Amino acid sequence: MAETQSQNRIHQALEKPGKLLSIYYTAGFPNLEDTVPILEELQAAGADMVEIGLPFSDPLADGPTIQESSTRALRNGMHTELLFEQLKDVRKTVDLPLILMGYFNPVLQYGVEAFCRKCKEVGIDGLILPDLPLEIYQRDYQHLMAPYGLSMVFLISPQTGEARIRQIDAASDSFIYMVSSASTTGVQDQFGQGQDAYFDRIHAMELKHPQVVGFGISDAQSFQKATRTAKGAIIGSAFIRLLEREGLGGIRNFIENIRP
Amino acid sequence: MSKYHVDEHGFYGEFGGAFIPEMLYPNVEELRQHYLEIMASESFQQEFRKLLRDYVGRPTPLYYAERLSEKYGSRIYLKREDLCHTGAHKVNNTIGQILMAKRLGKKRIIAETGAGQHGVATATVCALMGLPCVVYMGEVDIARQAPNVARMKLLGAEVRPARSGSRTLKDATNEAIRDWINNPEDTHYIIGSVVGPHPYPDMVARFQAVISEEIRHQLLEAEGRTDPDYLIACVGGGSNAAGTYYHYLDQEEVQIIAAEAAGKGVDTGESAATSALGRVGIIHASKTLLMQTADGQITEPYSISAGLDYPGVGPMHAHLFQTGRAQFIPVTDAQAMAGGRELARLEGIIPAIESSHAFAVLEMGAVPPDSLVVINLSGRGDKDLQTYIDYFDLT
Ligand SMILES: Cc1ncc(COP(=O)(O)O)c(C=O)c1O
Repeated sequence: MAETQSQNRIHQALEKPGKLLSIYYTAGFPNLEDTVPILEELQAAGADMVEIGLPFSDPLADGPTIQESSTRALRNGMHTELLFEQLKDVRKTVDLPLILMGYFNPVLQYGVEAFCRKCKEVGIDGLILPDLPLEIYQRDYQHLMAPYGLSMVFLISPQTGEARIRQIDAASDSFIYMVSSASTTGVQDQFGQGQDAYFDRIHAMELKHPQVVGFGISDAQSFQKATRTAKGAIIGSAFIRLLEREGLGGIRNFIENIRP
Repeated sequence: MSKYHVDEHGFYGEFGGAFIPEMLYPNVEELRQHYLEIMASESFQQEFRKLLRDYVGRPTPLYYAERLSEKYGSRIYLKREDLCHTGAHKVNNTIGQILMAKRLGKKRIIAETGAGQHGVATATVCALMGLPCVVYMGEVDIARQAPNVARMKLLGAEVRPARSGSRTLKDATNEAIRDWINNPEDTHYIIGSVVGPHPYPDMVARFQAVISEEIRHQLLEAEGRTDPDYLIACVGGGSNAAGTYYHYLDQEEVQIIAAEAAGKGVDTGESAATSALGRVGIIHASKTLLMQTADGQITEPYSISAGLDYPGVGPMHAHLFQTGRAQFIPVTDAQAMAGGRELARLEGIIPAIESSHAFAVLEMGAVPPDSLVVINLSGRGDKDLQTYIDYFDLT
């Protein structure tokens, strides 16, 4: 069972009425120094939450868009210590809930405990480490990470069995990241019947924690579909394509178009 | 259970596990729950043994290499995996896994390949069983391993270029894993070595264990004892080595030597000597030793041999290294090429360049005289002819 954490910014955002719009982007892309300016733009544009991606050389759960942004970010010179350095004063200007999302190996190399301590120091609220599965987290790392009070967010997919979903719900303390379909990030298929059935099935389980849907959401329509039953949705690849196309100047328009 | 085999959590000491994203959990968990039971079933064993005998050509000979023995003053036997159908040990594993896939009701097969040997072995068993086969291969490797690409295509497989990252084996493996995420129900991923998430390292080791099972019988017949003094194999991901060592792991008096690819030299920046250069980390969902930057980005290895050109090593081998059970010896390109040529000239056998690394440790003095030695000859050198030609200027 997860400790009940004192309220952090994620909890507060989840308690607000209405649907929650979360944005994912890769730190260090398109330019090395864009990390905080992107956050400030997102806040001004009215996004509700942000996942900052720590780039990794081998992002095996990601599709081509995020792979490419990660490669570019690394080439630009992004690394873990630099990201923390960039975020050092972020809480002076940004009040959004911030989640770091990354693969486990860079965290392991930084030192799991040191990583969490640093997150806490700069004002990160939660972590998504997609390749650190629940069992290994609980057995080997929870005791190191829990003291820093970060919300650990776990994923479920359409193939996740009911018992396991309940287990993940019990281990969560903020929201459940609901992967929209059996896919890597950015796969652009339609939100079809299968997904509606999946969304309804999860909704009917009356989980303790709200769900935020991610993977494949790109515009107002898919955002609406994804949030019919879920509390919110995450846009990643489509946002990265926007940054590639228009740079930071396109952010406000993009967010306003998703949620008029 | 032995301290060198996998524990109930899927770890070898601190190494191994299944660091998988949740999207892979159902696939990997299904395999984990069923693989031991399926492998133990009589019908599986019958079919597996029959195919190994009639199709692969097992048992492969344990050949006493007289002239090589004479030169090094030891009794040296070669385990002839080069005589397997498709030319390397890889097929032992693909036969096992295709039968596993059928019993799990899978209808589609995916695989990764570097040099193309595992891709060919997978395409072969897919043809045998009439299953569609997609092989991911780095764009760079496709260009430098054209004959194996052609073989796979002739066998009916689709070869998909991996265009991400460094466009070699590690990226092909990433692409195969992504394919599996996108096809969570009908697809089985035939991984090519003792790498990847648990239960793959253990399952692949068990399929390859037929190598050491045969060595024990054959050595008993030839020498009146089951155990050699030294066992030598090359290690890329570590599947031929795992098979060679498997039944000897707990016989601590049997010395185990792992030849790893040092490329142009351990300290040249162009090397694949994972035990020397790697640190603990996670690659392809397994905690093991791997070559990486201080920041945890996986780096690109180098070896003249495409089959040893992997930045990690199977978790079993990381454990054997860490516990000192196996001695890891880095072998440079030059040492390996000389070892390969020596085998050709002394015994009339042209080895795969991967296997040549195992022979090179003789010249390096790793084995004292008067030893009883078994070297696993993991594959034949046909696929490497062009490299031999270029290296020794044989035109
Ligand atoms: C002949 C041969 N030996 C060895 C290897 C290395 O793989 P492993 O370490 O899994 O045996 C390969 C891989 O392609 C190979 O083709």
